[in-house]
Amino acid sequence: MKMNKKVYLIEDLSKAEKVPTRDGYGKGLVDAGEKDERVVVLCADLAESTRCHWFKEKFPARYIEVGVAEQNMATIASGLANYGKIPFISSYAVFSPGRNNEQIRTTASLSKLPVKICGAHAGVSVGPDGATHQALEDIALMRVQPNMTVLVPCDAIESRKATLAAAFYDGPVYIRFGREKSPVFTTDKTPFEIGKAIIFREGKDVTIAGCGMLLYNALIAAEELSKEGIEAEVINSHTVKPLDTENILNSVKKTKAIVTVEEHQIMGGFGSAVAEVLSQYFPVPQEFIGVSDRFGESGEPDELIEALGMGVKDIKAAALKVIKRKV
Amino acid sequence: MANKIRQSIIEMLVTAGSGHTAGPLGMADIFTALYFHILKHDPKNPDWPERDRLILSNGHICPVRYAAMAYAGYFPIEELKTLRKFGSRLQGHPERTMLPGLETTSGPLGSGLGEAAGIAYGAKMDNKKFRIYCAMSDAEHQAGNLWESAMFAGNNKLSNLTGIIDRNNIQINGFTENVMPLEPLKEKYEAFNWHVLEVDGHNIEEFVDAVEEAKAIFEKPTIIIAHTIPGKGIPETEFDFKWHGIPPKPEEGEKFLKELRTLGGKIKSENE
Repeated sequence: MKMNKKVYLIEDLSKAEKVPTRDGYGKGLVDAGEKDERVVVLCADLAESTRCHWFKEKFPARYIEVGVAEQNMATIASGLANYGKIPFISSYAVFSPGRNNEQIRTTASLSKLPVKICGAHAGVSVGPDGATHQALEDIALMRVQPNMTVLVPCDAIESRKATLAAAFYDGPVYIRFGREKSPVFTTDKTPFEIGKAIIFREGKDVTIAGCGMLLYNALIAAEELSKEGIEAEVINSHTVKPLDTENILNSVKKTKAIVTVEEHQIMGGFGSAVAEVLSQYFPVPQEFIGVSDRFGESGEPDELIEALGMGVKDIKAAALKVIKRKV
Repeated sequence: MANKIRQSIIEMLVTAGSGHTAGPLGMADIFTALYFHILKHDPKNPDWPERDRLILSNGHICPVRYAAMAYAGYFPIEELKTLRKFGSRLQGHPERTMLPGLETTSGPLGSGLGEAAGIAYGAKMDNKKFRIYCAMSDAEHQAGNLWESAMFAGNNKLSNLTGIIDRNNIQINGFTENVMPLEPLKEKYEAFNWHVLEVDGHNIEEFVDAVEEAKAIFEKPTIIIAHTIPGKGIPETEFDFKWHGIPPKPEEGEKFLKELRTLGGKIKSENE
């Protein structure tokens, strides 16, 4: 086994408990609220499904309902931040930062105000709701805005840490969450620091760098590859912006090949961010796991992940392909 | 003071070679009232926590705010000439991170009322006594998100918030009621649980009285619909929507300044 002992992942991946990452958000909000009275939470009529109702129960005076009005939610939050509060805005990622993108650009990013944008129900794993509710472009939308930080936690425990860290991180932050229950494979002891990628598994033959819930698939793929004599290095790049370029460059200097993994459009997402760095500083063959210029559709989460080419077998195939492409 | 501000607006726009003429001239009286009669503020300490907040939502009329701020002592009057130039703190649309005292970054229409309502909500949470003013254009009421904010402020009874609408009836493409009618504006705000006042936007006393009345309304935010003349002060620019988004040419600027300095030819010696 090549698992990095220093990051304290669970011992047996196959026994991972399943919890939605949005639960981590809900708990992280309560943690942040307990730590600092300035923390306020705004919600656009989705209290339960974004899990901010736990904050509402605990701190009713600091919970602000705005109704189905995501553009207004962004500007109200900017006003609160301007005054001195630390506002979190909660909705589905298709609406926030989808519908309210310009308000976030002008009143948070350009204004350098600490608005924390929390996009739930991102990715095709939203499932039966279909394409309208499956955000696949939110990372791209947020990462092109100067001053914005972009976090994509991989499980419920990391989501909780990311939420708390975002509260006390200077400037606007976007955090992406999923709807479906997903394996919890990090632990309370797993380190988390904004901007610092984590090596989950060490390997010399290929780098698999990813963000979000698909990292579980990446680890399973790495274990299966190991049985075939291929050792993959798996990196959790939870901070898409600012990207931990040093970590990724050090890894590819060793492996000479990379697969990027994300539940997002390939165009403009995490893989693109990695390609921007590699092409400039250390070009190596890269394969992209993600959604290839199409919308999602209704279906069961696992079914959709497989159908759109983001399953364990797809990651394995991409790793084998990219190794063959090595110069 | 309003006349001085209008002269500065013309000088700034001529030097910049681009920008908006009608709105800033039309709001010169109201900005004079705000900066010299109404706002509790300290130009030497622009981040004073207890200051009244003035949010300018329609950022394109910023020359009037810059001129008023300079005369109030926020920065040297000389700096007005840098409007829209590279490296200037006086950006084409206002940026809060560049110039202390601006409060918000604005220009994209419809968003200022939400930011003002956010500040007002935060201030109410902490029982702060300062007041929040939000200056808006009339045509930005065509933007849907502004009404989301109006609904929020009305529902939350943000009585510390006073909105001011520059009702000059023009926008880039023509008269507001031809482009996309706004009326009945008063009834719309009333339906959103706001207290509504209408004033002559060039009568400073009437405007100050309206602001005082707003302070006495405890259960609602107040909107002041200020009827103004776009391009006010210069016969050539008054009421003409073509002046919404263009600056005067240098020779026009000279003529307009002469008109302002002689109060339309009423006095012989030019008042510099």
